[in-house]
Amino acid sequence: MNIVVVIKQVPDLVEELELNDTGTDLDREWLKFKVNEFDDHALEAALLIKDAQGANVTVVALDNGLDIDKALYAAAAKGADRVVKVTGDFEGYVSSHAAAKALGAVIPSLGADLVLTGVQAVDDRDGQLAVLLAHQLGMAHVTVVTDINVSGSAATVHKEYGGGMIGEFNVQFPAVLGIQAAAETPRYVPVAKVRRAMKDTNIDEISADAAGVDAGTEVQKMYKPETGSGAEMLSGSAEDIASRIVEIIRGKGV
Amino acid sequence: MVYVIVEHIKGQIEDITFEMLGKAKTMGSGVTAVLLGDGVDTLTGQLGAADAVLLCQDPNLANFNPEAFCKTLASILNGKNDDIIMVGNTSMGMEIGPGLSAALGMPLISYVTDLSDTSVTSALYGGKMSVQSGVSGGYIASVMAGSFSADDGNISGSPGVETVSAPDLSNTKVRFTRLIEPEGGDVDITQHDVLVSVGRGIQNEDNLEVVQELADKLSAALSCSRPIVDNKWLSKSRQVGKSGLKVKPKVYIAVGISGAPEHIEGMKDAECIIAINTDENAPIFDYAHYGTTEDLFDVVPAICERL
Ligand SMILES: Cc1cc2nc3c(=O)[nH]c(=O)nc-3n(C[C@H](O)[C@H](O)[C@H](O)COP(=O)(O)OP(=O)(O)OC[C@H]3O[C@@H](n4cnc5c(N)ncnc54)[C@H](O)[C@@H]3O)c2cc1C
Repeated sequence: MNIVVVIKQVPDLVEELELNDTGTDLDREWLKFKVNEFDDHALEAALLIKDAQGANVTVVALDNGLDIDKALYAAAAKGADRVVKVTGDFEGYVSSHAAAKALGAVIPSLGADLVLTGVQAVDDRDGQLAVLLAHQLGMAHVTVVTDINVSGSAATVHKEYGGGMIGEFNVQFPAVLGIQAAAETPRYVPVAKVRRAMKDTNIDEISADAAGVDAGTEVQKMYKPETGSGAEMLSGSAEDIASRIVEIIRGKGV
Repeated sequence: MVYVIVEHIKGQIEDITFEMLGKAKTMGSGVTAVLLGDGVDTLTGQLGAADAVLLCQDPNLANFNPEAFCKTLASILNGKNDDIIMVGNTSMGMEIGPGLSAALGMPLISYVTDLSDTSVTSALYGGKMSVQSGVSGGYIASVMAGSFSADDGNISGSPGVETVSAPDLSNTKVRFTRLIEPEGGDVDITQHDVLVSVGRGIQNEDNLEVVQELADKLSAALSCSRPIVDNKWLSKSRQVGKSGLKVKPKVYIAVGISGAPEHIEGMKDAECIIAINTDENAPIFDYAHYGTTEDLFDVVPAICERL
């Protein structure tokens, strides 16, 4: 079976986020990017299927002009059979609707039985990709998936609701699944292996565009939220702070 | 008109529905609740905040099914492109919002924390940024749980019910098989006065000792954010948040937790929240009552020493 995994990079939230001059987007110039953690889980879920019963895994990403090559090499080092970069006008921020359009044009040529991508990303203002992509491809969809059991041309999947409740579904292929978490922690790949993959792997390039498709609404303003009253920040040495915290806890009568 | 998609599971309407109904009522253009299911007509009496209910019942809608629900809603809401559709940014809503946006060609805005006829606010970048989008005409809002008061929309009454029929749902490629209840854990974190809650800042499983000691000293339960469960370091029954449990302890000590919206959903009503996080911009500080940016590995042992 053929599994296509769609990955993308998102700003690393560990870094301080700065706004651009117009206050409508992040200042992308100095941002550090990393692969969306849920896309990492999607790749892991695909590789687990491959390990268990064999599958051909293709990893696809839009060429956003950043370090996407490195992310694709890392995917190859982890066990992806083929890595594809979708070239076109994708620099800066790409909306989920536009990404779905572009990927929807490319994925049919890859012959996917199953398309996996992360359940969400930290920047998908116009909605999560998985279901939008399923519509472009005319495929079935289930998102917030935590477990996949393939048998023949269908899979039994677990979809997570609130409170830890799970809905179990049977999904006929071809289908798009939005992955919340793989059954295992995404595998680690040593740098040396990635370097080897950089030598041995060829990144295929396929061009596509998303002409005429955007998020459907425009950002008027982006700003750091001032929710609630904000915390009283405790100052002093770790010891002083610890004493204050003990006081606060005791003050609550516990 | 504002259409609110009713979310229910096991015969219970979820709070997110009441939260959206309460907000929709204030928007002044009329509220229609859209209720899909089978044998759910008895639920309409709880939808008094709505002016009207569109009710669609079919055996294939007895349990949530991404394909059947999207198909049915696309048929019911076809032609409502100038209206506002509100759906929860929940597991079900994450199928419906994008599904309707694609099927009806309506703009979709996700992670919504506030909305009006002209602008919509979303929480993006793990809650580190608010984004205001301009809107004119119809759109779909995928609304974050906890953004509005459920009490404002939880009103009994007898709104006018219009029954609509479902499209043919006999041949869906997605089939519901069963609901699986969460496994009971060794502790019930919803029943504890004090929770020491640990996040990815703890770095590895061995370091859990550090927070376990604090929990022991306080006779507290140890709870956690999602990645700790995904790494299998703690059981699912200890997860706080959107896909975990909602907790309301007297004291909630968040240790190395960033405060992503999905986590906040589960703990923001705690009486006293103390956050320990080295990132001064971590969203958890917007919800905490007390905070420190000291390293958890310094401050947590120091607290233990003093107990
Ligand atoms: C559908 C869906 C449902 C979800 N449900 C849930 C849910 O129920 N519960 C949940 O928690 N998440 C849930 N999530 C995941 C959520 O989006 C976040 O990924 C998660 O909450 C992040 O966990 P975290 O704060 O532990 O990790 P991170 O966001 O990685 O934060 C770690 C924090 O630790 C701090 N830190 C690092 N080192 C130290 C140190 N030495 N001392 C002090 N601080 C330090 C860092 O500054 C950082 O802020 C869900 C996601 C989705 C898509």
